[in-house]
Amino acid sequence: MSDKKNDVLLHDHNHDGVNRRGFLKCMAWAGTGAFCVMKGGVLNSYSLSRVAEIGAKESAGELSFVQISDSHMGFNKAANPDVAATLQAAVNKVNALSAAPEFILHTGDISHLSKPEEFDNVEQILKSTRPKDVFYVPGEHDVLNDDGKQFLERYGKGNNGGGWYSFDRKGVHFVGLVNVLNLKAGGLGTLGAAQLDWLEKDVKHLKHSTPIVVFAHIPLWSVYPEWGWGTEDSAQALGYFKKFGSVTVLNGHIHQTMQKVEGNVTFHTACSTAFPQPAPGKADSPGPMKVPAEQLKNVLGITDVNYVQGQHALAVVDSNLA
Amino acid sequence: MRRRVLVAVGALVMAGGIFIAAPKNRRFAALAQEKSVASEVKIDNFSFSPTALTVPAGTTVTWTNRDDIPHTVVSTEDPRVFKSKVLDTDEKFSFTFSKPGTYPYFCSIHPKMTGKVIVQ
Repeated sequence: MSDKKNDVLLHDHNHDGVNRRGFLKCMAWAGTGAFCVMKGGVLNSYSLSRVAEIGAKESAGELSFVQISDSHMGFNKAANPDVAATLQAAVNKVNALSAAPEFILHTGDISHLSKPEEFDNVEQILKSTRPKDVFYVPGEHDVLNDDGKQFLERYGKGNNGGGWYSFDRKGVHFVGLVNVLNLKAGGLGTLGAAQLDWLEKDVKHLKHSTPIVVFAHIPLWSVYPEWGWGTEDSAQALGYFKKFGSVTVLNGHIHQTMQKVEGNVTFHTACSTAFPQPAPGKADSPGPMKVPAEQLKNVLGITDVNYVQGQHALAVVDSNLA
Repeated sequence: MRRRVLVAVGALVMAGGIFIAAPKNRRFAALAQEKSVASEVKIDNFSFSPTALTVPAGTTVTWTNRDDIPHTVVSTEDPRVFKSKVLDTDEKFSFTFSKPGTYPYFCSIHPKMTGKVIVQ
């Protein structure tokens, strides 16, 4: 698992003064619960057990939230015959975090086949999390059959037409984007002109010191276009964030964690709570990857994100469900 | 008596003739049915195989999803010539192509999956 993480990080090389060996070493720990914080280009790492200490010292104005993704409620094949149980394990993990998250971001593929009972099931399971607010963006599995009408009815009432939206918490600006509608043959994820227009206006008047968190299902950077792991018009969207000091992009879709830092933007993808998928190019296709049953929880996970007012970047920590 | 026998035999022969003729008609009907052949496309491993399928006009093509992930079969033309519902594992979708032409399609969930049916 740590080898896989090392391979992945070899792809992103940016000259921002971060000691690459240290970064890779830290990322290798991330699967077992390390806490990596970038402050002004310098990477600090702490073991998860010390997070509570750090949090207590700088508790003023702290914001903590969790990202979960790809619950695929309704999936029941060999890679995981009981996705409800692993989603519950993710909920238990969330509830065990020492710094109680304020809310949950679900970055899509909530359901597997867009069935109402699948959405109901997920909502029911998430009711037992300590955070009472859950914010959703759809995955391609959530908008089947009806171009997303059902999804919009459920989660997008009053949201700007296509279901995109933004909100603010403790001085951090959150933007939920939809890049799984109107997909074209041979194409990648797409945001579309209307959404890009809305996004430009949405962030235009924010102070450049406002930390931004963008969340969407399909990665907003080119992880592996051959498998559709990218968004065609994300460059335009990211252009609107150029002047902001801290931008964190949280995505799902690829069912494995990957991280890339490019200037002021940290990109991060989350594990699924349902089943893993192979690393880019390591299999014929990006389908569900079977692992021995006893190892399943090692390759599923949640992501804990902490923002401390005054700090430059958000701290993003992945932990598995084992 | 002989005349009656002759008539009876004649009737039998005619009946026999009809019996012989009937199966022939059924065979013709069967042959005509075979002409509108069913053709298969298998969906597996995030791909359609064969990717390009050539069939005569009037063929019914059936897509079967053998993958462990759902897929769809959607014509890329506007307006769409055909559009399946979501196909889970082992579900099928059929469409009869009556007009010659090239019909490109894709999976609307995984748009990198593309294929085409060439109707001659």
